Amino acid sequence: MEALVAILIGTLTGCGVYLALRNRTFPVVLGLTFLSYAVNLFLLVMGRLTIGKPPIIVEGVTEYADPLPQALVLTAIVISFAMTAFVIVLSLKAHLEMGNDHVDGKHKP
Amino acid sequence: MISHMVILPVIWPLLLGALLLLLQKQSLQVLRIVSISSVSVLVLLAGWLLSIVNDGEILVYALGNWPPPFGIVLVADRLAAWMLIITALVSLCALLYAVRGTDTVGPHFHVLYQLQLFGLNGAFLTGDLFNLFVFFEILLLASYGLLLHGGGRLRTMAGLHFVIINLVGSTLFLFAVGILYGLLGTLNMADLAVKVADVDSEDIALIRTAGLLLFAVFVLKAALLPLYLWLPAAYAHTSAPVAALFAIMTKVGAYSILRIYTLIFGEQAGPIANLIQPWLLPLALATLVAGVLGVLASTHLRQQVAYLVVASVGTLFIAFGINTSAGIAAGLYYLPHSTFAAAAFFLLADGIANRRGEMGDRFEPGLIMMHQRIVGTLFFVAAVLVTGLPPLSGFVGKFMILQAALSHTALPWIMAIVLITSLFTIIALARSGSLLFYRAQAPQASHAATDTHVQSSIVPDINGLVSATCLLALCVVIMIWAGAIIEFVQATANQLLQPDDYIQSVLGIEK
Repeated sequence: MEALVAILIGTLTGCGVYLALRNRTFPVVLGLTFLSYAVNLFLLVMGRLTIGKPPIIVEGVTEYADPLPQALVLTAIVISFAMTAFVIVLSLKAHLEMGNDHVDGKHKP
Repeated sequence: MISHMVILPVIWPLLLGALLLLLQKQSLQVLRIVSISSVSVLVLLAGWLLSIVNDGEILVYALGNWPPPFGIVLVADRLAAWMLIITALVSLCALLYAVRGTDTVGPHFHVLYQLQLFGLNGAFLTGDLFNLFVFFEILLLASYGLLLHGGGRLRTMAGLHFVIINLVGSTLFLFAVGILYGLLGTLNMADLAVKVADVDSEDIALIRTAGLLLFAVFVLKAALLPLYLWLPAAYAHTSAPVAALFAIMTKVGAYSILRIYTLIFGEQAGPIANLIQPWLLPLALATLVAGVLGVLASTHLRQQVAYLVVASVGTLFIAFGINTSAGIAAGLYYLPHSTFAAAAFFLLADGIANRRGEMGDRFEPGLIMMHQRIVGTLFFVAAVLVTGLPPLSGFVGKFMILQAALSHTALPWIMAIVLITSLFTIIALARSGSLLFYRAQAPQASHAATDTHVQSSIVPDINGLVSATCLLALCVVIMIWAGAIIEFVQATANQLLQPDDYIQSVLGIEK
């Protein structure tokens, strides 16, 4: 399962980097979203993959799931959600002001 | 009681920001008074904190009283208090300029301004790596709002680049934080410093990766060589007081590098000790060269000042890259000087652009501007400061850096690059100064009426120069009291290079 999750994170990051390097704002925003998905998943699995373990102390249990990465990833999700919303509005503003969606605001040839 | 004071510089701007949001319906005058008094209180708070930590005490505040390393801590040591007072002073001067009209061109300027200070102060005080990420995001989101404040085509484009590159930076930051947590099981900086020293040998490569990823993020914020290209456009196209406030933004990256790489990856880190030392000095020297080339090639004054900021970042990191107590002390003396001087220059450039009507800040001989002598004198003082000519604080800073470099193996490189780039900066600023002031012509009689009309519609008031004068005066202050300040920054550098005190204060380990 570790290998599967690692491949998933790698694919998401790769797609994110590729799209973030495009010259139109919409693919760039999508790329940033993919990157934030990848890093959220990465943070989550940094507490190691566990199934069916309690995150808080229970009598008679010796193995636990790490609760902290879940708290971290929740914060990271909220922040990346807000940032994505902001960057979408900013791209729309740039599109309206410059008449095209090129990241450098160049007009079409 | 005193320990509760540590959180005040963080929570105060947040509360005032929320209050300002509630006061939106009030007149602009009320908002301005609240905003200015809030920042004035911050100056007092930072000064008070500085006086407490001056004797070497490290104040630790455990949020919610969760004992470290489990809870988040705020830590005030000499470096944090030093950064707080610099931030508060710059933001007060920039705000005094902003209330002269910048805050009318769009909504929520004062709220964003307070939240920006909330993020900055939090980043300087936090003792937790993930919390540092959160405060970075807060100050970035506020800075996006401030950068785009007022709008305009060029500003939107520069803002878009700034936002996208910082979002990629945030992703890298989270990857680094994730690796460190996954391997060391903690995010408290003091605890990280303890754990990193006895890490398993098979994990060393991964920890190095995380450390260098973090370095890439901080280099992006600080605008070192490969990652400085966002800065000139963003700073040159935003409004003047925001650019002046942003003079402290690059220093957040500098602060983070100084904190993380003396505390966690410093001398005591065993196999990972001095992680970034092979990188820092060459990058800093290259940044200085690139910045000065930009200064020489600039076509607008604002753009030139933005490249001066890049050059000053290079100089600052040369000092930190020397990696001795004297080098860090020289850098910490140079830091407030370069911040104040850059902020003053941004405000002055705006004053010059306003006085030249349609010419703006383009480097072309124009008409004689209003208050030519006063503006010219201020320009001259700012130029002397920035180039590091005696007798002002820029000279003291650069002299300290070169003196600290004497024992370094790369001395010829440092000497040559710092001195030659200083010469080129002098040439560039002398050229801009003579273009703007000496080669200005008296207005033709036939055009006089329309010119007066253009000038009167902008109303370049002499009071608009007060903020820039205050910032220049602050530079003079750090030159006059250089003795006391050098003593302080020397003690700060020593405190940084002995992270044991910090670790013991946070984790409460008895000696």
